Amino acid sequence: MAHTPLSPVPSPTPRSIIGTSRRKVDATAKVTGAVRFADDLALPRMLHCKLLRSRLPHAKIVRVDTSKAEAHAGVVAVMTGEALPIPFGILPVSQDEHVLARGVVRFVGDPVAAVAALDEETAAEACDLIEVEYEPLPAITSIEDGIANRTPLIHDYGDDGNVHKQVALEFGNVDQAMANAELVREDVFFYEGNTHLPMEQHAALAEWSPDGTLTLWSSTQTPHYVHRALAKVLEMDPAHVRVIATPNGGAFGGKSDPFGHEIVVAALSRATGRPVKICLTREEVFYCHRGRHPVLMRVKTGVNRDGSIVAMDFTSFLDGGAYGSYGVASTYYTGALQTVTYQVPAYRFRGARVFTNKPPCGPKRGHGTPQPRFALEVQLDKIAEELSLDPAEMRLRTLQPANSVTANWLHIGSMGLGSCIRAAVRGSGWREKFRKLPFGRGVGLACSSYISGAGLPIYWNNMPHSGVQLRLDRSGGVAVFCGSTDIGQGSDSVLAYCVAEVLGIDPLDIRVVSGDTGITPVDLGSYSSRVTMMTGNAAIQAASRARALLADAVAEKTGIPRERLTFAGRRVFDAEHPDRGASFAEASQWAEAMYGTIGTTGSYTPPRSPGRYKGAGVGPSPAYSYSCAVAEVEVDPDSGIVRVPKVWIAHDIGQAINRMLALGQVEGSVYMGLGEALMEEMTYRDAQRHVVHHHPSMLEYKSPTTLEMCDVETYLIEEPDAEGPFGAKEVGQGPLLPIPPAVANAVYDAVGVRVDEVPCSPHKVLKALKDKMKGKPGGGRYGPAGVPAYAFPEPARVLTPAEGGTGREMDGRTHSEVGGPVAGAGGPPQRENTAASPDPHHPSTATRRKGSR
Amino acid sequence: MLRLPRFTYLEPQTLAEAVRMRDEAGSDAAFVAGGTDLYPNMKRRQQTPSTVIALGALSELHAITGTPRDGMTVGAAVTLTALTRHPVIAERYPAVAHAADVVSTPLLRNMGTIGGNLLLDTRCNYYDQSYEWRKAIDFCMKKDGAVCWVAPSSPRCWAVQSSDGVPVAVALGAEVTLLSVRGERRIPASALYNNDGIAYLTKAPDELLVAYHLPPRDGWRATYHKLRRRGSFDFPVLGVAARVEMNADHTVRSARIVLGGVASYPMEIAEASRAIVGQRLDETTIGAAADAAYRPAKPMDNTDFTLAWRKDMVRVYVRRALEELAGE
Repeated sequence: MAHTPLSPVPSPTPRSIIGTSRRKVDATAKVTGAVRFADDLALPRMLHCKLLRSRLPHAKIVRVDTSKAEAHAGVVAVMTGEALPIPFGILPVSQDEHVLARGVVRFVGDPVAAVAALDEETAAEACDLIEVEYEPLPAITSIEDGIANRTPLIHDYGDDGNVHKQVALEFGNVDQAMANAELVREDVFFYEGNTHLPMEQHAALAEWSPDGTLTLWSSTQTPHYVHRALAKVLEMDPAHVRVIATPNGGAFGGKSDPFGHEIVVAALSRATGRPVKICLTREEVFYCHRGRHPVLMRVKTGVNRDGSIVAMDFTSFLDGGAYGSYGVASTYYTGALQTVTYQVPAYRFRGARVFTNKPPCGPKRGHGTPQPRFALEVQLDKIAEELSLDPAEMRLRTLQPANSVTANWLHIGSMGLGSCIRAAVRGSGWREKFRKLPFGRGVGLACSSYISGAGLPIYWNNMPHSGVQLRLDRSGGVAVFCGSTDIGQGSDSVLAYCVAEVLGIDPLDIRVVSGDTGITPVDLGSYSSRVTMMTGNAAIQAASRARALLADAVAEKTGIPRERLTFAGRRVFDAEHPDRGASFAEASQWAEAMYGTIGTTGSYTPPRSPGRYKGAGVGPSPAYSYSCAVAEVEVDPDSGIVRVPKVWIAHDIGQAINRMLALGQVEGSVYMGLGEALMEEMTYRDAQRHVVHHHPSMLEYKSPTTLEMCDVETYLIEEPDAEGPFGAKEVGQGPLLPIPPAVANAVYDAVGVRVDEVPCSPHKVLKALKDKMKGKPGGGRYGPAGVPAYAFPEPARVLTPAEGGTGREMDGRTHSEVGGPVAGAGGPPQRENTAASPDPHHPSTATRRKGSR
Repeated sequence: MLRLPRFTYLEPQTLAEAVRMRDEAGSDAAFVAGGTDLYPNMKRRQQTPSTVIALGALSELHAITGTPRDGMTVGAAVTLTALTRHPVIAERYPAVAHAADVVSTPLLRNMGTIGGNLLLDTRCNYYDQSYEWRKAIDFCMKKDGAVCWVAPSSPRCWAVQSSDGVPVAVALGAEVTLLSVRGERRIPASALYNNDGIAYLTKAPDELLVAYHLPPRDGWRATYHKLRRRGSFDFPVLGVAARVEMNADHTVRSARIVLGGVASYPMEIAEASRAIVGQRLDETTIGAAADAAYRPAKPMDNTDFTLAWRKDMVRVYVRRALEELAGE
C-alpha cells in the first residue's frame, strides 16, 4: 500500500532508526513458529483445568454437588466459589466478580466450578458430572429492560437499580447556546456490540512453588493488574506473586481484565501442589468478552449556517452485560472525546450503563469512543447536507485548534486533523466523487481522534505509569527491562528502537525483557494506546542517562570534548573528526571501569490535566491522534448488500517510530472497523431461549476475512507532538473510529438512505430503500426510533475555559468531596474499595483435594 | 479446544468390506470420507458414532468416468477440489463445478467430497453449537432435546438444507447409486431428500452413496447462484439452481428451478418452471417465475440474516439466475 508523506517535518538531528521501516525484534520467531504462546507451555506434573459454566442467564445456586466429579478417575481437585470468597475486578469501583460464582449466576457462561485433572478430556468429563441445582431468576435482556425493571437486581451495588453507572455533566450553558443556534438537529443512533476475536484463545498456566510463591504465565495485556488481583483474591503477599505475560496472539482489549480463569489455576495449583493450565475454547472466549458495548445514543447539536457547532447535547445508554469490568470508564468515554476534533463551546453529556444478563462488555479497540464517534460523524454529514456544505470543508472550518483546552477541559497539544482531511480528500478524489457517482456507488467521509494513553492509572497512585531499566554489558549489548506487554502491536520493538536510536546501536543488539512482574519495572499495560507514548519516553530517559555515563568515560579516555561526542553506527565518536572515538562496546567497558556496573532507569508520568471535576479523569491524555477516512462503497439496490472496495485514510501519528509497523496498525484498524461497519454483532437470544449468545463460533460470528478486506491507501501525517517520544502519538486504535461512519455516509451518497445503526446490514439498507420508494414517513432511514425515558440527575455544571472556569464544578464542592478521578482504561482512578459485600447465598462445597498424593 | 470423543476407526479395503463393516457395526456407526462435516459435528457431540468407517482407501470411489454425450459418473469420494478442476466437468458441467467451488474454503474443499456434500447434515443455529451451548437451551429435538427452537410449537425439526451441490443435482436430474449388504439401487437425486430436519435423507442409514451420475449434456444449460455473508467460506443461506432447455424458437422447452437454504430439503418450484416453459425468457416471464419462487419459500430462523430479507432474496436470486441463462 502506498504511503505519501504530506508534510514531513525535518528531524532536529538525523535519525537512523526512528521513522524507518524495519523488522520487528520478534518477527523471525513469530513467522517460524518459535514463539511460545501460553498454550505452548507445559511443566512436569502439570494438570489441566476446565470450568463448568452457568447454563442459565440468571439464577440462584441452590446446591452444587461435586462428589461424582471428585470420584471420577483422573480428577485431582474440584473447586467451587466457596473456596474463593474475595471479589475482584479491573476497576477499584467495580470489584464485582468472583472467580467462581457464589450463590448466583449472572449470564450463560458465568464460571461455576473448576476441575483439575490429569488431562483436559477428563476435566471436561468431570465438569459434566457436577450437579448444580438452580433456582431461576428473571433475566434482564436489554437496556430498556434494565431501566424499566429494578427487580431482579443483578448486583447489589450501582447508581440506580440495574443502572450500574450514571453520568451527567454540563460544560457551559447548553440550552442557552442551543437557543441561539441557526440549525438544531436531533438524531438517534445505535451501535451494536461486537467482540475482539483474537486468533489466540486465552490461556494461563500457574505454578505454585513449595516456597509459597506463585508464578502465573498468561496471555494478558495487563500483567500488573492481574498480579494485584491474584494477591488480593488469594490473600497473598504481592511480593510472592509473579505474573509473566506471554506473547499474545491478538488481544485488542479482550485480555485487559484480570480473569477468573487466571486466578482459578493459581488457586488449584496451590491446592494440589502441581502446575495447572487452562486453555479456553473459542466459545469461552466469547463468554469472557469485555468487548464493545452496545450503545443507544441521542445527539442534539446546534450549529451556525457555516456548520460551526454552538452546542451539543449527547446522551448515551450502554448495555453493560453482567459485570462492571471497565464499564464506568467506558460510560465516561462515550461522552469524553466529542470535543477534541471540532470546537464545541457548550457541551452536555449524560450517560447510563445498564447491567444485563449477558457476558460483560468492556474495552475493545477504541474503548467507548467508536460508538459516539459514529453518531457524531453521521450527524455532521446530515448537517452538512442540510446546510448545503461540503462535509470536508465544513469540518475544516471548525477544527479544534492545537495547543488549546476544550470545553470539557481536555488539553490538546498537536492537532493534525486538518492535514488528515486534506490528505484523504486529495487522495480519494473526493471532490470528483462526492454526490457525483452513479446510483449505487458513493463516497463518505468521517474523522476521529483517540488518546495516546490514559492520563490517569486505573487505581489511584502517584507513581510513574511506565518504568524502564537498562543494563549495559561489556559486549556492547544492552538489556532493556520493561513491564509492557507485546500483544502483536510491536511494543518490544519500540523499546529496542528508542534505546538503539539514543545509544547509536542496532535494535538487534538489544535484548528486550518485558511483561514480567517479577523482573521488570511496572508498566500499567497494553491498553488505551499508551505504550509507545509512555514506555517510549521512559526508554529515552533511561537510554539518555546511560549515554551520559558513556560520554563521560569516552571524553575522559580520549580527550574529545564531551559535547562533540556522537553515538551512531555502534560507535561513540567526535562529530568533527568521525575517525576519532571508540566502539560502543569499548565505551561501555570504559564506563563500567569508571562507574561500576552500568544500569540506568527511566520512567514516565503523564502531565496533569486541567480538569478538576468529578469524571475529569476520563479523557485526558498526553496527546491525541487524529484520523480522517474516505470510504468508497458499492450498494446493490436489489439486495441492500454493501461492498467497500477501498478506503483512503490519513492518520496524524506525530512521528512514525517504525513506518511499516504504523501502516500495519492503520490497516488493521481499518479491517476491524470494516467488520464492525458491515457485519459483526455480539447478539443474544430472548429470555425464553435463556439469553444464549447467538453464535459463539468463528464460523457464525461474522467477521471479514482477508478476502472481504478492502484496499487501503494510508497517509501518515507526521507533525511531531511535544509530549511524544521523538514526537510520536498513538496509531493502534484511532484509525478504527472513522470507518463505520465513513461507510454509513458513503451508503447515503450511493443510494440516498441513512442507516443510523452499526452494523450496516443488507436488510437495513433494503428496508430503508423500500420505505423510501413507498414514500413512507421517515422512509429512507433505518435506525432506532428513540431512547428510553430516563430521569438523569441534574448535571454537574462546569464553566468552560472560555467562560473563565477553573476546571471545577460550579457549586463549590471541594476536590476531595468530588472524589477526584473515577478511572478506567484511561479511567479516573478511585481509591481501592475492598469492602464489597459478600453474596448471601453460598454453595455447599468448597475446594477439595482428592485422595492421597 | 473441542476434542473428538473416543470411537473405533475402521479402514475397509473394498466396497463390499465397507458395507459389511457397516452392517456389523449396527446403527451406531457412520461412514466418513473427507470428514469436514462429520468430525466437527462429533466434536460438538451432535453425532457420536462409536464406529467410524473411512472410505479413503476405496479406489472405486475416486474415479470420474463417462462422457458428456452419455452422461458422467463421479465417485462419491472425489474431492470438491478435484471435481472443480476436472477439465470436462468444468467445461461441460459448469454449474456442478461452480457449486463445488463455492463450498467453504480451499482447505475444506481439498478434504471434502462430493458424496459428503450431497449428504451434508442439515444445519441450524440451534444445532450447530457446542454441547455446552446446546445444554444451555435444554437441547433441541434434532439432538438430545424435545423442542424445535426455530418454531417451538412445531412437531418437526426445521434444520435447513445447506449443501451447494444438492440443488444443482436435483435441478440437473442427476442420479445417485446407493449400496448396502442388501444390494445396489440407483435413484434420482430428488428422491434422496425429505423435508424434515432430522430424517432429511430417504436412504437407509446403512446405505453408502457410491456414485453421482450426471445426465448427458444434450442442450440444457444450468447455473447456480449462492447467497451468503462472506464469499470466502460461508454456507449458503440461499442457493438457486436453475436448468433450462430451449427450443429452436428460443422458447423454453423444459426447466427446473430448485432452492437450497429455505427448507429441510432442496425445494423444487414447479410453478416457477411452469411460468417460463413455452415462453421466451424475458423480463415478464422471468419476473413471473421469480414471484412463483418467492411465494412458497419459507426461510426460518435457522441461518444467518433475517427471515424477511432472505425471503426477499429468493425473488432477486431466481431472477438473476434466469437472466443469466437467458443471456447465454
